[in-house]
Amino acid sequence: MSDQIPTTTSAINLGASVTADAAAVQVRGVNKQFQTATGIVHALENIDLTVQAGEFVSLIGPSGCGKSTLMRLIADLDDPTSGELTVFGKTATQARLDQDYGIAFQQAGLLPWRSVAANVALPLELHGVGSATRRTRVAELLDMVGLTEFADRFPDQLSGGMQQRVAIARSLAEQPRLLLMDEPFGALDEMTREKMQTDLVRIAADTGAAVVFVTHSIPEAVFLSDRVVVMSPRPGRISQIVPMRLDAADGREERDDDLREASSFFEMVTEVREALHGGADHSTGDGVATARGVDTR
Amino acid sequence: MSASTSTSANAIVGRGVGARRSKGWSPRTEATLRIVAPISFGLIVLVIWQLLVTVGGVSDYLLPSPISIVTELVEFWPSVVSATALTGTNSLLGLVVGSLVGIVGAALAARSRIVDQMSAPIVAALAVVPIVALAPVLNSMFGADSQFGRQAIAAIASFVPIFINTLRGFRQTKPVHRDLMKAYATNSGQMLMKLTLPTARPFILTGIRIASSLAVISALVAEYFGGPRGGLGSLIATSAASSAYGRAWAYVVASIALGLLFYLATLALERLVLRRVPTGGSR
Repeated sequence: MSDQIPTTTSAINLGASVTADAAAVQVRGVNKQFQTATGIVHALENIDLTVQAGEFVSLIGPSGCGKSTLMRLIADLDDPTSGELTVFGKTATQARLDQDYGIAFQQAGLLPWRSVAANVALPLELHGVGSATRRTRVAELLDMVGLTEFADRFPDQLSGGMQQRVAIARSLAEQPRLLLMDEPFGALDEMTREKMQTDLVRIAADTGAAVVFVTHSIPEAVFLSDRVVVMSPRPGRISQIVPMRLDAADGREERDDDLREASSFFEMVTEVREALHGGADHSTGDGVATARGVDTR
Repeated sequence: MSASTSTSANAIVGRGVGARRSKGWSPRTEATLRIVAPISFGLIVLVIWQLLVTVGGVSDYLLPSPISIVTELVEFWPSVVSATALTGTNSLLGLVVGSLVGIVGAALAARSRIVDQMSAPIVAALAVVPIVALAPVLNSMFGADSQFGRQAIAAIASFVPIFINTLRGFRQTKPVHRDLMKAYATNSGQMLMKLTLPTARPFILTGIRIASSLAVISALVAEYFGGPRGGLGSLIATSAASSAYGRAWAYVVASIALGLLFYLATLALERLVLRRVPTGGSR
């Protein structure tokens, strides 16, 4: 792993032009504490993580392990209490202002008064993209997520899965080099979920974007990722990083539904599950207690 | 399924439909009824009213008959129209100014905690003061020949519900939408135009609809307390004072029509603007 990319210098002098080999995300010794009524909560403790350009990394762990918090720090929606965090060699704030990432949340978060097409166009509109370019780009994106004939519908006329696809199209609108996704399929039924996972693998491979994907589903993390970051709660820590060695791993675009039945897939699921359950104690039978909230579907 | 069972099933379905018909009505009949029922009820009330006055012998100063009210309405039509126009203009000006001040004030209060805390007692005071009680004061402030006092009263009366509703609307933005806007690095102007205002829109329009009736009522009642003559309120007062009860009622009918016009116009505006805003919202 090439963790030693000189980001400190590039953070100072580089604006939009960043060296091509800069890591998508670099997190160094990051801590995050929340002040609550009952005292200080250590949401994240001493996090080190590097996500290479084009790499698909999942953050997995039980509820309260800080995986969503870590994603929010990368997105600059919250500030770390201490530590260093760079996105493409810039500060997280600069990366946000430069629109270096696209983001999708657990809730689709579509604006209900805008049509599907207008929702996808929102980031383009906010950043002053001309209306002709906007139209062609929106048409491309809706085609990509298979919602072309729903362009003029409104969010409340769509199913939850369709709304989520609109949100993903929206996150891809500006062809970001980094996609941040916080349990985007969490509210979907199993069939829609598998379909969306297959779509996401294809989209990520097509666009070559790095992805930071928060999930609590082990099979989901295994199916999608190059590496799975296993986290443990209270305080939120990275307990293990599991590289995915799947037969199709040399080309992520080759991952399809067959992989879900492959033995290498199950081996990886087992490995991640053991990493999750073994984080605190090594009891094999009753490890569930340490991994509450983790979905083993 | 055999033919015989299917026909018997059909017969049951047919009977079921027939039974429902005899109990309720077809959607078409129901729609007609929804219009016809209130109209016929109103007509029946008018007929009873007329009979009560002519046959029952209720004296004219207690309750003029519908026919005499209509006669006065026709006879004084030009005056009714000009009075309605005058009071209507006062109400409309008041409503527009009150709406603008209410929306801008709410936007400031939503943005700044200090403005919010400063404005809260003022708005509370405005909400409880009987606005028309200010009429004599404003009439003497701006002169007896000025319509300004009445317009100001209509504006103050409209301001309160619009301010309160709009402020509430400005606070309805969802955390996921605010996160999204932050992720898009939007400036505060874009935030207002793309998120805050559209979110608040149904609340603002409800405020305007509530305020529309208040504007008419207060502009009209303010005329009872002096100032230039010629509006509906002053004509109701003078007609009643000169024992022309039928005429007074004719102006009352015009006032009701004016109030309804304002209400329906704002309701139509609300429907028009919110036509495309779904009720369910998005997940």
